[in-house]
Amino acid sequence: MRKPSWFNVVSLTLGFAFLYIPIVILVIFSFNESKLVSVWGGFSTKWYGELMQNEAFLDAAWVTLKVGVISSTIATVLGTMAAFVLVRAGRFRGRTLFSGMIYAPLVMPEVITGLSLLLLFIAVGMDRGVTTIVLAHATFSMCYVSVVVSSRMATFDESLEEAALDLGCTPWDAFKSVTLPIIAPAVASGWLLAFTLSLDDLVIASFTAGPSATTLPIKIYSSVRLGVSPEINALSTLIIGLVTIGVLVASVTSKRAIQKQKRDELLAEH
Amino acid sequence: MNTDAPFAPWEDESATPLIAFSNVTKQYGTFTAIDEVDLKIYPKEFFALLGPSGCGKTTLMRMLGGFETVTEGRITIDGVDMDGIPPNKRAVNMMFQSYALFPHLTVAQNLAFGLKRSDMPKSEIDGRVEEMLRLVQLKKFASRKPHQMSGGQRQRVALARALAKAPKLLLLDEPLGALDKKLRQETQFELMDIQEKTGTTFVIVTHDQEEAMTVASRIAVMDHGKLKQIDTPDRIYEAPNSVYVADFIGDVNIIEGQVTKAEGDAAELSWGEGKPAIRGMAGAGLRAATSGAFVVRPEKVAIFSEEPMDRHNRLNGTVEDIAYLGNMSTYYVRLENGALIKSQVANNRRIARRAITWGDRVWLSWTDTAGIVLAS
Amino acid sequence: MNIARRLLITVPYAWLVALFLVPFLIVLKISLSDYAISIPPYAPTLELEEGWSGFRDFWVGLDFENFVFLSEDSLYIKAYWSSLKIALLATFLTLLIGFPFAYAIANAPQEWRPSLLLLIILPFWTSFLIRIYALIGIISNEGFLNQFLIWTGITSEPLVIMNTNTAVYIGIVYTYLPFMVLPIYSTLEKLDGSLLEAAQDLGCTRTSAFWSVTIHLAKPGIIAGCFLVFIPALGEFVIPSLLGGSHTLMIGKVLWEEFFSNRDWPLASAVAVILLLVLIIPIILFQRNEQKQREQNK
Repeated sequence: MRKPSWFNVVSLTLGFAFLYIPIVILVIFSFNESKLVSVWGGFSTKWYGELMQNEAFLDAAWVTLKVGVISSTIATVLGTMAAFVLVRAGRFRGRTLFSGMIYAPLVMPEVITGLSLLLLFIAVGMDRGVTTIVLAHATFSMCYVSVVVSSRMATFDESLEEAALDLGCTPWDAFKSVTLPIIAPAVASGWLLAFTLSLDDLVIASFTAGPSATTLPIKIYSSVRLGVSPEINALSTLIIGLVTIGVLVASVTSKRAIQKQKRDELLAEH
Repeated sequence: MNTDAPFAPWEDESATPLIAFSNVTKQYGTFTAIDEVDLKIYPKEFFALLGPSGCGKTTLMRMLGGFETVTEGRITIDGVDMDGIPPNKRAVNMMFQSYALFPHLTVAQNLAFGLKRSDMPKSEIDGRVEEMLRLVQLKKFASRKPHQMSGGQRQRVALARALAKAPKLLLLDEPLGALDKKLRQETQFELMDIQEKTGTTFVIVTHDQEEAMTVASRIAVMDHGKLKQIDTPDRIYEAPNSVYVADFIGDVNIIEGQVTKAEGDAAELSWGEGKPAIRGMAGAGLRAATSGAFVVRPEKVAIFSEEPMDRHNRLNGTVEDIAYLGNMSTYYVRLENGALIKSQVANNRRIARRAITWGDRVWLSWTDTAGIVLAS
Repeated sequence: MNIARRLLITVPYAWLVALFLVPFLIVLKISLSDYAISIPPYAPTLELEEGWSGFRDFWVGLDFENFVFLSEDSLYIKAYWSSLKIALLATFLTLLIGFPFAYAIANAPQEWRPSLLLLIILPFWTSFLIRIYALIGIISNEGFLNQFLIWTGITSEPLVIMNTNTAVYIGIVYTYLPFMVLPIYSTLEKLDGSLLEAAQDLGCTRTSAFWSVTIHLAKPGIIAGCFLVFIPALGEFVIPSLLGGSHTLMIGKVLWEEFFSNRDWPLASAVAVILLLVLIIPIILFQRNEQKQREQNK
């Protein structure tokens, strides 16, 4: 069992090759001199330069970033509140409906979510644009945030809050100085998740975006439909690079924190 | 075991052992887990491997089960060399520390699991399962899943499952470790009862010396991959062959000094300037004029308020602490040289009548055969 | 405290009602309306100014015509069936690749496992769309795979994978693999090694111990993984639209086209309602599986 068997080694190799070869090739060809995506024509960074000149892409990137930051911040606030309601509020009228509305968007096909939100915006006469995309993204990401935060809160020792109250905190004070610092990592990863979901979303944004606002995925989608282009490779490489750095930094920091905690515990024992 | 002679095949030169370890060594990289072990275990024995965690007792047992390979040496079971034989081809079954009951199967299905993979005809399996359920008194629970049972019940299912295939040898890895103290004591007797009924050879691994003393016909005390002593429980307790064993089994007082005499059974140890030497039994291989240690059990140390002139071994000290344990009391007496000696006295009288109290000058004393002088 | 609690409940509650429940009811309502060449392109619309009679006219105007149409037009029935078929087969393929993958990670040396898991999760964080785009670079006619095959001489003509259902299968397996691997890994990782030893001790070979113990105990993870792939795959739009051909029928794509190309909102809404009905059964089964697992973990 302990020795890696040939079967396991082969599974891992093939599995990771399958996952990563397409991405690696995409990255390599973003540095291709040639316009043809499949033929290597020498190393060049010219597509990155062209990307920087492309106003449409830059505008879309700006919109995407704006939508991502605003919607994930709203989603984090609402999702954390919802997590509190799920874990702490106890029984209240309409609780079943509430938890249903939290979990349903997680399994709802994006086309339906997008369609229903669009019909709502039309029914109330809202012009489609950045605001509508933000509302849409905040709604489905808040459900993800509340799942992440509530699973952390389920393991949270409630007597910590009680101790804070016992030592003279007001409920708000207890929340601020005890609860929030403890659930902060979960809230932060909830925000990060909401942010990536927003950056990644094509379908819901397509339904809720108007002519005044186009996000990066919509832009990528429409140009991919026309065929492969080295500019998209360059853009993708930038996005992959940023995400990879982000994820690696996040995981290394959390690993460091855990290691430090272990070391401190060990030191304390001796 | 109601024959005239007591059950002691290990004293019989002509008896054939069921298990023989010869010169067995196990290494993990540079770490030696088992160090040149020689050991014979006889049929129908209840054999205990006792030692602190990490001493190699579990590794030794898992070698019998076929879960660990041998680096050097040979293990035979019933005369057959076990090298290269996988666990499923051995007439050996194991009761796991975690019980390892299959959570997706009912109790009856767990018991039948091994039988279905043996050459037992299908028609007989149900009967055998029934029989095992009766043996461990769990007939009512046949269709329960493991997670619907208490710890004690699960322990019995694990035992029954391991016994179902009527193995020549049953290995028990800390079988009672997960039970609370009261249940553990009851279960110890049940284990002995079942062992006697089925006539199976049991090898049990435990770190609990009381448990080993209660259930085993012989105990092997292990430390750092070596066997320190293999003997019956009473011999291990009364005649430990080393300070390590004496200290590991039960409570003990240790006084270090120089061996001044070692003739036959008798030995003397000088332990302080101007003090008369302590008399005791001579440990194995003891020689005069070497450094040694005198060990004596607290219950063999008597305590007096006045000097008992009729005894040879008598030491003077001050009562520093008294631990009242209900049925007995332990007196902690500080000697002049700073050593702390424990004396355990049965509380036959009511507490108020006890004459000795904190700070009293007292005399400790024991007979010439109460303790043992060991080479250190 | 009580006001705070009420506020805490009300804010997210109201948000979800306004932006999840109400829109969904609108979809339901429009699915019962008729197509009209107007703005918005459906009738009837609720005329609140006309009071009670307006409401009555509105109510009378609703019917199941769209659903009748859906059940009669073979295109839609075919689309539902083909979505089901593609999602089922793709889920099975993902399981076939994902299980050995998860098994290998669970059996890798302890100190490697966090890094291996990170490598599984990393693609999940990078954009879904970009991963599909990367796949196009591999499987298209002049893609890397065909160049490789022709270069090694295995084929002389490029394999046509792009714009076929095969490409859709590959796309689903590729993008949803982490969803399969992670739940299976988490059950395998919890698996008590002594259970396998016990099975061997009782007469199993390693292989038979795998089939009679490991597979059984990994079942909750396998089921969870299958649902996590099947449910989104059923309503998938991007993969069939970018990788599939014109004859690839999937309900998400049909809905999109009905809405954006044909501008038949009532029909698109009806398609959505039926898609949801189809999904309800697997979703309920999935929830039950999760619940059971939670209870067992207690």
